Amino acid sequence: MQSETPSPTHGFPGRLFVFEGLDGSGKSTQAALLGKWLQSQGYRVFFTEWNSSELTSATIRRGKKKNLLTPTTFSLLHATDFADRFERKILPPLRAGYVVVCDRYAYTAFVRDAARGCDPAWVRNIYSFAPRPDRVFYFRVPVAVTLKRKIASRLKINYYEAGMDLGLSDDLHDSYERFQGRLKQEYDRISRSDAFTVIDSGRSVETIQAELRGHVRPILENFPTAEGLMHDS
Amino acid sequence: MTVRTYGTLLPGLTEESLSGKLIVIEGADGSGRTTEVALLREWLEVEGHAVVDTGLRRSTLVAEEIDRAKQGHTLGATTMALLYAVDFADQLENKIVPALAAGSTVLADRYIYTLMARAVVRGASREWARRLYGFALRPDLVIFLEARPEILLHRAISKYGSLDYWESGMDLSLSRDLFESFFAYQDRLSKEFAWVGAEYGFHLVDANRRPEQVHDDVRALVAPLYGSPAARGVRRSALTPPRTRAASG
Repeated sequence: MQSETPSPTHGFPGRLFVFEGLDGSGKSTQAALLGKWLQSQGYRVFFTEWNSSELTSATIRRGKKKNLLTPTTFSLLHATDFADRFERKILPPLRAGYVVVCDRYAYTAFVRDAARGCDPAWVRNIYSFAPRPDRVFYFRVPVAVTLKRKIASRLKINYYEAGMDLGLSDDLHDSYERFQGRLKQEYDRISRSDAFTVIDSGRSVETIQAELRGHVRPILENFPTAEGLMHDS
Repeated sequence: MTVRTYGTLLPGLTEESLSGKLIVIEGADGSGRTTEVALLREWLEVEGHAVVDTGLRRSTLVAEEIDRAKQGHTLGATTMALLYAVDFADQLENKIVPALAAGSTVLADRYIYTLMARAVVRGASREWARRLYGFALRPDLVIFLEARPEILLHRAISKYGSLDYWESGMDLSLSRDLFESFFAYQDRLSKEFAWVGAEYGFHLVDANRRPEQVHDDVRALVAPLYGSPAARGVRRSALTPPRTRAASG
């Protein structure tokens, strides 16, 4: 008889896959594709992205617009937002036995807050309510590539994304490159301690997606599909 | 005051000393905090000290969000605890630290201790709460107004005519009855405050008395902070918060 075995990492019946990496690393595209494929395989899938919570997004937007935020309030406000997202969107499907695909997780905060000078141990403690995922895919990409993509897609670089609040440079592009460089350094550093699966994002979408499916398959072996769940009792 | 925190230093806080004094008045709703803060302020100003007061849920950044969240009753415990932490951090950086740097006395009507006790009563671990507020400045003095639950109840009813949903801990589902929930919640809170108080060195004041009597005790605790005029060192230091730079481009 098939039953939902709790995950060895977080102990909930569901499974948690996390996608991390710099903006423009291609992680969102891949996360969406993986989610779609998992659904087509019959799994119950829940997809969620960072900054999708309604609670604090207006405050974050207002604070960012007026540049009211310091590293500490920036960090805490995003932690609040994540907690809301976690308590409302991530935990329930995880407990209900879904495959949860997260585009960004607590690691985004670890990296971003460290780059802003917050004490990493302080930040880790704040997020200690967020359990370890079954797998973290880290999309590794040179900063120059993400900047090129950003310019090509005509997306505006915003103040905080460029780390302008840190005073690294008065030039937006220059500041963006330096700040993203710090983020990358931090991602690279924790990718070992947190056992990330590093994905080289300098390849075709198809190649990367095939690799991801290869990583996920063994983790979902014996994991019940929606169909299996209905008939299995 | 010497800049000492409970762990982490705020990024951007570079000075070693702030010339003002930070005095915290803690206590449950109905313990007479607001009255004591007003009396203390009056006395300190007459003595010639500049006073700035502060309290919870007064930040420009998220006070509104907290009020809205409380109306809806829908936030998870961790989210709510963190939202209060944002409010506190914003006031610490934008109000408390600048006032202390300018040599004012900051009177805080509640501080991190209430926030920690509330979070722990709602399921957070003490260690998590303690480390979360590791960036808070250590006050020069923390006074805890201790009042029996019957007194708190009496004051709440005489002031508002009823009990408040949150002060009764109704979100904890301890009881469907407001009064029962109030007593159960205050009991848990006071147990938590006993731990926080021992850990952080509270000065307890018996608040089951008339305001003037309580004020006499409060004054006796505060007066030594201002000791001899020579002790009022005015060491100035520059603040360089890493923010409020104009965006270019």
